[in-house]
Amino acid sequence: MPSAISTVTRAQTHRLAAQLRLAMLAVPAMLFLTVVLFVPLANLLSLGVASGTFAPYQKALGDPLYLSVIGLTFSIALATAVICLLLGYPIALFLALSRGIVLTVGFICVLLPFWTSLLVRTYAWLALLGRNGVINRCLLDWGLISEPLPLLYNFGGVLVGTVHVLLPYMIFPIYAAMVRIDRNLALAAEGLGAGICSIFWRIYLPLTLPGVFAGCALVFILSLSAFVTPALLGGGRVIMIANIIQIQVSEFLNWPFASALSAVVLVSAVLIYMLLGLLTDQGRTLQTQRPH
Amino acid sequence: MRRGPSIARVLLGAYCTLVFAFLMLPLFVVFPLSVSAATYLQFPPPGLSWRWFQNYFGSPSWIAATAVSVEVAGTTALVAALLGVPLAFYLTRGRPRTLTAAVDKLAVSPLIIPSIITAIVAYRLLAPYRMVGTKTALVLGHTILALPFVVVVVTAALRTFDTTLEAAAMGLGASRLRAVLRITLPLMTPSILSAAFFAFIASFDDVIISLYLSGANMTLPRKTFENIQFALDPTIAAVSVLQILFVIVVGAVWFALGRSARATPFMP
Repeated sequence: MPSAISTVTRAQTHRLAAQLRLAMLAVPAMLFLTVVLFVPLANLLSLGVASGTFAPYQKALGDPLYLSVIGLTFSIALATAVICLLLGYPIALFLALSRGIVLTVGFICVLLPFWTSLLVRTYAWLALLGRNGVINRCLLDWGLISEPLPLLYNFGGVLVGTVHVLLPYMIFPIYAAMVRIDRNLALAAEGLGAGICSIFWRIYLPLTLPGVFAGCALVFILSLSAFVTPALLGGGRVIMIANIIQIQVSEFLNWPFASALSAVVLVSAVLIYMLLGLLTDQGRTLQTQRPH
Repeated sequence: MRRGPSIARVLLGAYCTLVFAFLMLPLFVVFPLSVSAATYLQFPPPGLSWRWFQNYFGSPSWIAATAVSVEVAGTTALVAALLGVPLAFYLTRGRPRTLTAAVDKLAVSPLIIPSIITAIVAYRLLAPYRMVGTKTALVLGHTILALPFVVVVVTAALRTFDTTLEAAAMGLGASRLRAVLRITLPLMTPSILSAAFFAFIASFDDVIISLYLSGANMTLPRKTFENIQFALDPTIAAVSVLQILFVIVVGAVWFALGRSARATPFMP
């Protein structure tokens, strides 16, 4: 018996040693992130409460000026997520149903802009939407309008930019959820007399909800931190939280206030991420309940 | 659902064609602008001219900024791969799963942390060491942004990797290390290259971290950003065209790497 026990413990020790060796592989990356990101981030967040008062937070959440910036940032993030969903869901569905050359061309149309520099695209929108831009010029030449439309330096102009940048982040998770769906489900429903609409509403939509939640959360979180788009397409008139943080640090060296604003964005992002976790867990339960 | 084009399919196709046009429109519009003879944004172009391309290639500051960006992005891709690939092995094979899941969340957290916060945090960290303005500082900052892309792509590829190949090598007498180096890593090369490509793009595209860390080492996006804010110089259109052509070439190579490499972030 003692020898049996020692064999067991030796096997366990062996497995533990193997696990430890494997864990060593994670050390360089995690050490790097801890030193250059997590510790300095904790340090930054501590600045907001360093004086023992919550004055920076009172300023961020009490001053109507900054409250309106926070409100505007959340409205842009929400509008971007909704529009991306309305544009992205059909695209994901189209890609999931396509084959061959159509699928390839469709993917190129999504991936090429995704890989193209954000600045290149923002510059192009300036050229398209400006007072003398391509769109206004065409509309004027065709006699559809008598004077240029204000397409830039307002809420709508920034929204065009954020939607264009973030649309792929909505398409990918939904597409991934769609290609995982068992095609036989649709065939079975069709065989039982379901029409295309009812197949969509009763099978496709519920099974793709985890992808929809993931896409919406991702787009919302990424829009909260938009910086370049409002800086260039907002032209100083549409200012989002990230722009305020930059001004507070670069021009006023007001680190405690920048810290409080950073905390507001970070906490919102983390809360949405956690909400996503809850929703996708429910989505998974839904998926495992499907009859085979 | 694939029997003949129903009305629903036709409507879906028409709607998607419009959305695809919206996605591609900004890419197409810079081509005529880059060869326009006008000195400011004017459409349609009054005449053809190569002067904006000549401007770019003849300008030491544009070329220097491009060189800094390429060097920093290349180094970032290498560093992010060296850190991210081993981490992906731990995330897919490590135990207990609760711990790997927690490490996974931390490793991809830079995706959720706004870049402006990452930028000021890195600035606060590096400024006391007089590192602001060095390429090392840019690589450190950009590696934070690039690491999640490597982790997501390589982890996805390792999850679908057929481990029996590795087990076979070990059955034939190879050590675990040798089996991984000789069998697993070579088979993973397309995915690792794909991950490095995403890391390169993450660095090459960054404005915000460069705004704080680049100092005199102006990167291409920072120079572009400041030029756009200052004036809509058509040289930017020429730079844009060159960047789009670069992405098309690299994208074609990526596509040729084959199916296994085409794991895209957020597409598990």
